[in-house]
Amino acid sequence: MSTVYEGVGVGRGMAVGPVVKVHPSPAVPVGAGGDPDAIEPAFAAVAATLTKRAEGATKTVADILKATAQMAQDPALRAEAVQRAGTGESPAEAVDRSVQRFVDMFQAAGGYLAERVTDLRSVRDRVVAELLGLPEPGVPVLSVPSIVIATDLAPADTAALDPQMVLAIVTSHGGPTGHTAIIAGQLGLPCVVRASGVMAVEEGTEVAVDAAAGTVVVDPSPELREEAAARARVQAQLAQDTLPGATSDGHEIALLANIGTPADATRAAATPAEGVGLFRTEVLFLDRATEPTLDEQATAYGAVLGAFGGDAPRKVVVRTLDAGADKPLPFVTQPGEENPALGVRGYRLARRNPELLRTQLEALAAAARSTGATPWVMAPMIATVAEAAAFAQTAREAGLTEPCKVGVMVEVPSAALRAADMLEHVDFVSIGTNDLAQYAMATDRLRGTLADLLDPFQPAVLDLVATTARAGAAAGKPVGVCGESASDPLMALVLTGLGITSLSMSIGAMPAVRHLLHHHTLEQCQAMAEAALGATSAAEAREAVRALADKEIVGSLAL
Amino acid sequence: MSQRTVAVASAQGLHARPASLFSQAAAAAGVPVTIAKGGGAPVDAASVLLVMALAARHGDEVTISADDDGVLDDLAAMLATDLDAE
Repeated sequence: MSTVYEGVGVGRGMAVGPVVKVHPSPAVPVGAGGDPDAIEPAFAAVAATLTKRAEGATKTVADILKATAQMAQDPALRAEAVQRAGTGESPAEAVDRSVQRFVDMFQAAGGYLAERVTDLRSVRDRVVAELLGLPEPGVPVLSVPSIVIATDLAPADTAALDPQMVLAIVTSHGGPTGHTAIIAGQLGLPCVVRASGVMAVEEGTEVAVDAAAGTVVVDPSPELREEAAARARVQAQLAQDTLPGATSDGHEIALLANIGTPADATRAAATPAEGVGLFRTEVLFLDRATEPTLDEQATAYGAVLGAFGGDAPRKVVVRTLDAGADKPLPFVTQPGEENPALGVRGYRLARRNPELLRTQLEALAAAARSTGATPWVMAPMIATVAEAAAFAQTAREAGLTEPCKVGVMVEVPSAALRAADMLEHVDFVSIGTNDLAQYAMATDRLRGTLADLLDPFQPAVLDLVATTARAGAAAGKPVGVCGESASDPLMALVLTGLGITSLSMSIGAMPAVRHLLHHHTLEQCQAMAEAALGATSAAEAREAVRALADKEIVGSLAL
Repeated sequence: MSQRTVAVASAQGLHARPASLFSQAAAAAGVPVTIAKGGGAPVDAASVLLVMALAARHGDEVTISADDDGVLDDLAAMLATDLDAE
């Protein structure tokens, strides 16, 4: 009998492969840890490991590894650590404090230097782990396609992953709408979060990760391996269908991609996605210590707009910075908020720093001019009609006028309830179902143990979506959904039935959604929407919808 | 002790690749080399971290010192080249 770890699945995929583990940064013990004579060899060992890894890596990765190795070889850093250990600090403390002095120096200098702090800290973590005899922290460089297991992944860790070498991601903590899950979706990787105890699996062990079932099976049986292969074949078949999103009777519903970087844009542009429904601009700046300039932003936005330009330009919806809460940006986020999810985040940043928003909008307008694109732009975390009106005015003043469109996100229940009033000031709205559920259900998105309350089938959340969709229909303006719920194929049918006009999701989720839409009529979708709204629990709503869906397709996709 | 004062030619300043190449060359020189920016305190040129911490930008004048004129000529020539462009 194989050991099975249960968690919350993200996406529908399945993968089998060997495990690599991402170990957390070691804690530096007070007044103890390591042998003073081991300091120089520990630095040397870390430098040697990094240099060796650089040999097999692609040029970009190799450059980063070599630069980090050079830091580990730095004579001034080593001399200071040895000298500190000579005056009574424990070796681990001596390394930690020596590195910290450079961290402080680089942070004070700002700009490019401040961005090297991550590399310095990685040297510190590796040398301290070496001294303490702990496993190497951080994301290892993968040489064979592997399943990555971690307690949780920091944004910097996920950025260090080579998507070509990752088969699936499993975390023992985190939630289904947290950062790791979103990145996994973006890369089209199967992901299971909150798989308690999974860090006990040994490095190199073969496991099967089933995102649809939310399970991680150790040493999978031949039958399970065959199932994974069969599911991969179905996925490959689905990918053959590249028609635009529509119901079987021709009711169009645009299928759009969620992206965060120009690299995502390139990946998404190569798929049949009809454009981008959510460009998360903050992702570009997560590792930045200082505010990006107007020119830097214009270049980055231009790269994304350009990827969807050409002879048949596709729509791109750009969201202004949504920093704060689980996505702190060093140059805007104020630390120490007691309830960051309810604090100064999203559009609220403009209260304190209106220039930040204005610069971003002007950069987008400049990118639009230079590429000839007509982006749509929207603000996150809008709570009042006055905020929607003010944002629309700021965006239009920055040069984002027709045929560019200005909209707001509906994530706060007050915005859903007042969507009709909002739509008097803006051209469109887009519902962020993750945050809408978080705020409607008073449930922290990052609190994995409460994941059931965040189920997008929660009838109260569906009521808010329905209210917003009705307001859009009455105003004759588009109402999109760009939260994770759009990537749930059954929910996509419900949203279509509710009158949503576009669905934006991670590209990995799109083939299944497209397939389901192509096999159901608008009338069927409307019946499903009615059934879901008529239910009194999320489970009942999902079951009612499943019962109305095509049996064969539900079976083949394991929905 | 000889000295050379040079304006940093690399477009992005003495950062990243230029800092890395320069400190590697200084470490390989066989004699101690120091570098200072403007009238600042000289630091070990073999330390990439200290070289980066100078935050010397394109056009900033830096002074290198060592007991070997040949070494200084080579390093000065390096600083006077746009290492980012290579």
